[in-house]
Amino acid sequence: MITLNELDELLFTIKKQFDYDFSDYSKASMLRRINRFMTINNMKNAVDLKFELINKPAIFQDFINEIVVNVSEFFRDPSFFKSLQQKVFPYLESYPKINIWSAGCSFGEETYSLNILLNENNLFSKSRIYATDISSNAIERSRKGIYDNGNFKEYTKNYYECGGKESLKNYFISDEKHSMIQSELKQNILFSNHNLVADGVFKECQLILCRNVLIYFNNELQNKALELFYESLPVHGFLAIGKKESLRFSSVYENFKEIDREEKIYQKIK
Amino acid sequence: MKPELIVIGGSAGAFEAILSILNHLDKNINIPIVIVLHRLRNTVSSFEAILQRNTHYLVKEIEDKQKIEQGCIYTAPADYHLLLEEDLSFSLDVSEAVNFSRPSIDVTFESFSTILKEKCCGILLSGSNHDGANGLKIIAENNGTTIIQDCNEAEFAMMPKAAKTIYNQHQELNTTNIINTLNNEYR
Repeated sequence: MITLNELDELLFTIKKQFDYDFSDYSKASMLRRINRFMTINNMKNAVDLKFELINKPAIFQDFINEIVVNVSEFFRDPSFFKSLQQKVFPYLESYPKINIWSAGCSFGEETYSLNILLNENNLFSKSRIYATDISSNAIERSRKGIYDNGNFKEYTKNYYECGGKESLKNYFISDEKHSMIQSELKQNILFSNHNLVADGVFKECQLILCRNVLIYFNNELQNKALELFYESLPVHGFLAIGKKESLRFSSVYENFKEIDREEKIYQKIK
Repeated sequence: MKPELIVIGGSAGAFEAILSILNHLDKNINIPIVIVLHRLRNTVSSFEAILQRNTHYLVKEIEDKQKIEQGCIYTAPADYHLLLEEDLSFSLDVSEAVNFSRPSIDVTFESFSTILKEKCCGILLSGSNHDGANGLKIIAENNGTTIIQDCNEAEFAMMPKAAKTIYNQHQELNTTNIINTLNNEYR
């Protein structure tokens, strides 16, 4: 187990040696992830951990994959997806082409959930989704789009709660253990590596989805990411953040109007 | 050293105890209180509204990076783990469930204790699983104050019992004595 002081030193070393900058991530969350990684890998203290990271490149990749939280699910917060369809999709209809940025896409659950709803609302054919994540492991798994069957009962329930019109299973090819998303639902998605800390604007997007990603950042980094989103949106473009995240402390707060206060959907007004 | 914060964890059967404690807390007490209760996901809950009717504190459901203030009761939102930063702001986390729970009381107790050390008072109430026992032990080992609900009084005793089994130095008190202790200590 490592202490808060050791954490700062470790993050400094990682920045110097590997060019990954986690110094503005939430310390509380980092400490928890790193201690979890150490428990799984039987490392006793900060010295052990540093030695392994510096001397074994494969361990470093595992480390990155483990400390970047990649837990997600299909149609998390059904009330959010319901609101998105009711309050945002009608605007999107008016565009000839729609670019959407799914930022911090983890293993793809959120991105594919969105794509299924675009399909059911006849927006699929004119939509292009840019799904990005800092972790190359996450990008790879998103591209594959294979999920454990065990959670599908919950996913199906969520899907119907947000107004799903089909049978969720129709969007997957399944065997006894796993379900793979239909390849048509991958065609309009471009998965790529993007680091919200270090990389800039890459495309103007009418909708940006970034839910439960900012919680892993401190205030400064949250603000930086929100400025990046602001710059990536046209006026009247939409931003959706996590239900318990907030724009209130950011420098771009004044430039957005609330579309749904509860579900944290915002529209850029200037 | 008087604690800077009280953190209460509970599950099945804890709600009544929490209401009773808040109702009888001396009106001069304003030490921040954080409540982590296992709750249903995706349901509209009137939990905060009911708490507000039973306390002189201001009740707030936690938002990410919110700073702790005196005179406030903070509730952990459903479906997130709750952590504490060095600057005494909250962080939320959607990583995997611990003890089948998110929020997990263990996760919150451990994170709060890491920051607050002896200034943390942890209270574990009724519940029908083992969540919170490890975390409460960590608070005790960091010289914080630890209280479990009397196992004979708790509607579901598994939770306080689990805490007692792995660490036998917690104060075991019924609701009335929890109220008296808090009123004596923090007035």
